[in-house]
Amino acid sequence: MLGKIIENSLRKLGKPLVSFIFRLGQLSQFIAQSLYHTVTPPFYLRLVGRQLMDIGFYSLPVVALTTIFAGMVIALQTYSGFSSYGAESAVAQVVLIAVTRELAPVFCGLMVAGRIGAAMAAEIGTMRVTEQIDALVTLSTNPFKYLVAPRLLAGVIVLPLLVLIGDIIGIFGGYVVAIYQLGFNPANYINSTINELQSIDIMIGITKGAVFGFIISLMGCYNGYKSKGGAQGVGDATTNAVVASSILILIFNYIITGMFFTK
Amino acid sequence: MNENKIEIRNLSKAFGKKVVLDGIDLDIKRGESLVVIGGSGTGKSVLIKCIQGLLNADSGSIKVDEEEVVGAPRKQVEAMHAKMGMLFQGGALFDSLSVWENVAFGLIENQDMPKKQAKSEAIRVLRQVGLAPDVADLSPSELSGGMQKRVGLARAIATRPEIIFFDEPTTGLDPIMSDVINDLIIESVKGLGATALTITHDMASARKIADKIAMLYKGKIIWQGTVKEMDKTDNPYVRQFINGCSQGPIKVEV
Repeated sequence: MLGKIIENSLRKLGKPLVSFIFRLGQLSQFIAQSLYHTVTPPFYLRLVGRQLMDIGFYSLPVVALTTIFAGMVIALQTYSGFSSYGAESAVAQVVLIAVTRELAPVFCGLMVAGRIGAAMAAEIGTMRVTEQIDALVTLSTNPFKYLVAPRLLAGVIVLPLLVLIGDIIGIFGGYVVAIYQLGFNPANYINSTINELQSIDIMIGITKGAVFGFIISLMGCYNGYKSKGGAQGVGDATTNAVVASSILILIFNYIITGMFFTK
Repeated sequence: MNENKIEIRNLSKAFGKKVVLDGIDLDIKRGESLVVIGGSGTGKSVLIKCIQGLLNADSGSIKVDEEEVVGAPRKQVEAMHAKMGMLFQGGALFDSLSVWENVAFGLIENQDMPKKQAKSEAIRVLRQVGLAPDVADLSPSELSGGMQKRVGLARAIATRPEIIFFDEPTTGLDPIMSDVINDLIIESVKGLGATALTITHDMASARKIADKIAMLYKGKIIWQGTVKEMDKTDNPYVRQFINGCSQGPIKVEV
């Protein structure tokens, strides 16, 4: 009796564990295959170009909107918090650091994950369930080279650029609030921003951008590629792609920050 | 030279505990049109996908031009695809590309044909399947089901393959359009001198395009012969299937 209970509970524990390890193996295999096909010819540069437009250019409005408001709210909060210590002058510096190191990369990552990760998973998932991926194979075209590699490349290239643009717009947002609402002197504000600007702040943002771009494209492609079972399967794939990439972005954001600033 | 284009021996494939193919033996001669008939869910599609290397068979052997497919390295299977074409059940047209880009896909991506030449070749093939040149620039989603089938057929034959697979070519079409597609299949297969393997449960279509018919039931080929032999056979499974009776040795699993 007791043996039976133990056996059953072990089985209940074991099943999800085994399926988790299976998924992990499947994902590692997918990553290895994707990387291999990204660096070996033939290259579909035309498709990389189209993805750069989709992931980068068309994400500009959401990136601009989210980062400008993020910069604005940071200026407001820093002022209200720091003025009680008479440290209002730190507003420019705090906005600079918060935007470049954290807010611009994370907002870019999350926004693009929502916009593009879902679209990728839906597109590739639909191609899977309507046999378009099989059709690619029968036309002697490797789906990893044709579908996955261009998206991975474009993600890694374009996210750092988006982060740079987000940096500029976010800092501008802080500037607008500081000057027009909090009454800072424009020349002083700009001066202290430039004086505090360090290359490591920009570097960390770019690094994060590249990693987030890889995560977004990988999760979009992987979930789409493995989807099955018609419309519902594709729906699950898009949900999983967005949830997984959002969580991974926040985890890796912490890890990368830790790597740059442990000392 | 071996007269068999495709030789299948003792081919088995299971998904988990569900055995789909259970020791298939099948030969397809050069230039022959073989039709595999069988009920829904009997593993017809799995058979075609195994031959093309889209699915890995569990055991057995598939030889295409005396080259083994089962367990072959990916590169070799990819090279083999150059001489195959396939018409998918749902068309499987790339919806991000226009009609002519779909038809010219193999020509541009693999035979490195210049775009202009590929487009005029695509339009020629489209005309061959009865489509006017002005559909070339449309998107596949703007076409009717019958037209999508034609574009799919054009894409399958554009690279002049030696072997063409047809996955339920007439499913979802009205009887007249089915017959039009059947005629096109016969024309294009004979025109290319290709070997054809069709899977279908549409008996009118099977009768029309088959040189030989094989029936798949419970993962095995239980009967094969010509159309004439099929009409005379006393095999109860075949008789029940071609007459479409609910009563007989084949039990429909509900």
